[in-house]
Amino acid sequence: MLKEKDKIFPNIHGFQDRSLKGVMARGGWVDTKAIIARGPDEITETIQKSGLRGRGGAGFPTGLKWSFMPKSTDKPKYLVINADESEPGTCKDREILRHEPHSLLEGCLLAGIAMGCSAAYIYVRGEYVREREQLEIAIAEAYEKGFIGKNACKSGISFEVYSHHGAGAYICGEETALLESLEGRKGMPRMKPPFPAGAGLYGCPTTVNNVESIAVVPTILKRGSSWFSSLGRKNNHGTKLFAISGHVNNPCVVEEEMSISLRDLIDKHCGGVVGGWNNLKAVIPGGASVPLIPKSVCDDALMDFDWLKEQRSGLGTAAVIVMDKSTDIIKAIWRLSKFYKHESCGQCTPCREGTGWMMRIMERLVKGDASVDEIDMLIEITKQVEGHTICALGDAAAWPIQGLIRHFRNEVEDRILRYSTTKAVQAAE
Amino acid sequence: MLRRLSVNQPKDFSFSKKNLKWAKAQLKKYPKGRQASAVIPLLWKAQEQEGWVSKPAIEFVANFLEMPEIRVLEVATFYFMFHLKPVGSKAHFQVCGTTPCMLRGSESLIDVCKARINGKQHAPSADGSMSWEEVECLGGCVNAPVVQIGSDYFEDLDKDSFEKLISDLETDKSQIPGSRIGRFSSEPANMTKKYSRKKASSENASIERYRG
Ligand SMILES: Cc1cc2nc3c(=O)[nH]c(=O)nc-3n(C[C@H](O)[C@H](O)[C@H](O)COP(=O)(O)O)c2cc1C
Ligand code: SF4
Ligand code: FES
Repeated sequence: MLKEKDKIFPNIHGFQDRSLKGVMARGGWVDTKAIIARGPDEITETIQKSGLRGRGGAGFPTGLKWSFMPKSTDKPKYLVINADESEPGTCKDREILRHEPHSLLEGCLLAGIAMGCSAAYIYVRGEYVREREQLEIAIAEAYEKGFIGKNACKSGISFEVYSHHGAGAYICGEETALLESLEGRKGMPRMKPPFPAGAGLYGCPTTVNNVESIAVVPTILKRGSSWFSSLGRKNNHGTKLFAISGHVNNPCVVEEEMSISLRDLIDKHCGGVVGGWNNLKAVIPGGASVPLIPKSVCDDALMDFDWLKEQRSGLGTAAVIVMDKSTDIIKAIWRLSKFYKHESCGQCTPCREGTGWMMRIMERLVKGDASVDEIDMLIEITKQVEGHTICALGDAAAWPIQGLIRHFRNEVEDRILRYSTTKAVQAAE
Repeated sequence: MLRRLSVNQPKDFSFSKKNLKWAKAQLKKYPKGRQASAVIPLLWKAQEQEGWVSKPAIEFVANFLEMPEIRVLEVATFYFMFHLKPVGSKAHFQVCGTTPCMLRGSESLIDVCKARINGKQHAPSADGSMSWEEVECLGGCVNAPVVQIGSDYFEDLDKDSFEKLISDLETDKSQIPGSRIGRFSSEPANMTKKYSRKKASSENASIERYRG
């Protein structure tokens, strides 16, 4: 289990003193000026060496991403924080926003200075009204103390932080849709290139990072890259916030070491699977977008980017959705198809139409009202959508279904058979 | 998803004095000429003021931000949190129905809504005081099932606690948002006592306030 002293977010559940005094007693905003004095290159290098990979889903190396920002430009540069958190199962950034907001703000300043940004915009999902209020209190506190704003932390550098919010659209979590939304338009993803580092917010060089990716930055810089990289397996370093929902005895958000085994995560923090480990059916290990893994894979699962990828799933946002044997697994995945149908922004045909087809076929599969050939047809549709769209929502809609058929095809076929037999019997009577 | 404006519209809309001041301050967040960025926050404020987003409110915001009306209309219809017609005067229940909530019983909450409020979502109860809709993941999945009412989340619900919540709202009993099983936030339920609520000092008043 992760030692208390290695926790980046000791107050993630909000039980400790949340005042600025409490934050500083735990190491927040301490030595910030000295870190800034190390200079942008060294800050970026430390983050690169630490092995930090983006916590927003894709796991892209954070330091490397920062290095894409142009050094010489006459335009302002922006850091945009993705606090849209709408991937089903995911509720970790919420805890940072309401209980550890200063770690995010200090991270904004340090990351912003590393990239030469003049300001950070924090885009919070619209539903998180209370969380945004907590964040805004922290922003006001940081301004009052001179930690941010003109001459931030007495560094001579000026850096602004603004909170902004959406109004309920999952697609605004996609980074270019988020920028569109922040500019006051519908959240429709942009074609890439140009990438945000070239032309992002207001056409200026921009880096979009997840809340957690930035909130861990101050501690990495304070404790050193080798401390961070000593946690987790090779290429999968540091601590990670996990959100474990569904059929466990005590669902929770918890900070653990990367590469912890799934079994330990569930048994040690969540009081086990409801009805015991052998009552487990399947787990979606990284938020709705990643394919599920059946119990046989769960038995040995390590919770990191590379291990789960080898199993054709993914760590995603580390939102672990646990399903026990009582689960109607076809229905559970159908509900995700319904989600993607609802959230497609509609600008590319394969996604707009495909999510509807997938949902409707899944709806019939829940009842069993289909022919067995339609399973292959459904897979074919998912392949038609996957990789043929502007943004990854299309892929995200395809993968859960592919995972279902890969591991539970028998169950889908059984249901079709049962339905047709029942119908035949009814007709005979 | 196609969303249209209500057929019944009020004559006009303008921000209250307080909201007008607030709106003007918002503009300072964005670079010159980029005031359109404030469109979502302003529409949201209009909804807070009126309960929903009317056509005059859309026109008002367009005027205020010097945006073509059609652009504001696009935004109002694109984002699901904007109510384009009035909702229940006492409460509008946004019941999360996505898989993690479904696994922990959100369907029974939806049944309660159908039985007690209206068989259909987005339609008012007989006295107009309540309405409901099924929404997608609210980002509180470890506290599932979750229902949002206004700005607050009600968490760790089940059929009985949800029935009670509705009854209390009917009789105007004030409600503390958050977990219905006594959890503080997203800690494992068996840790709540161990952490002890008493430790939350006066400096933590903001959280206590947050809890109502
Ligand atoms: C449909 C869709 C939704 C997304 N939602 C989120 C989200 O809610 N939060 C987030 O941080 N990243 C989300 N992402 C990923 C972002 O596009 C982006 O990769 C991420 O914010 C980068 O941050 P990171 O490098 O720090 O992980 C989403 C991507 C897609 C395709
Ligand atoms: S893939 Fe779907 S959500 Fe993404 S841009 Fe295309 S239509 Fe929109
Ligand atoms: S699924 Fe209901 S809050 Fe996430």
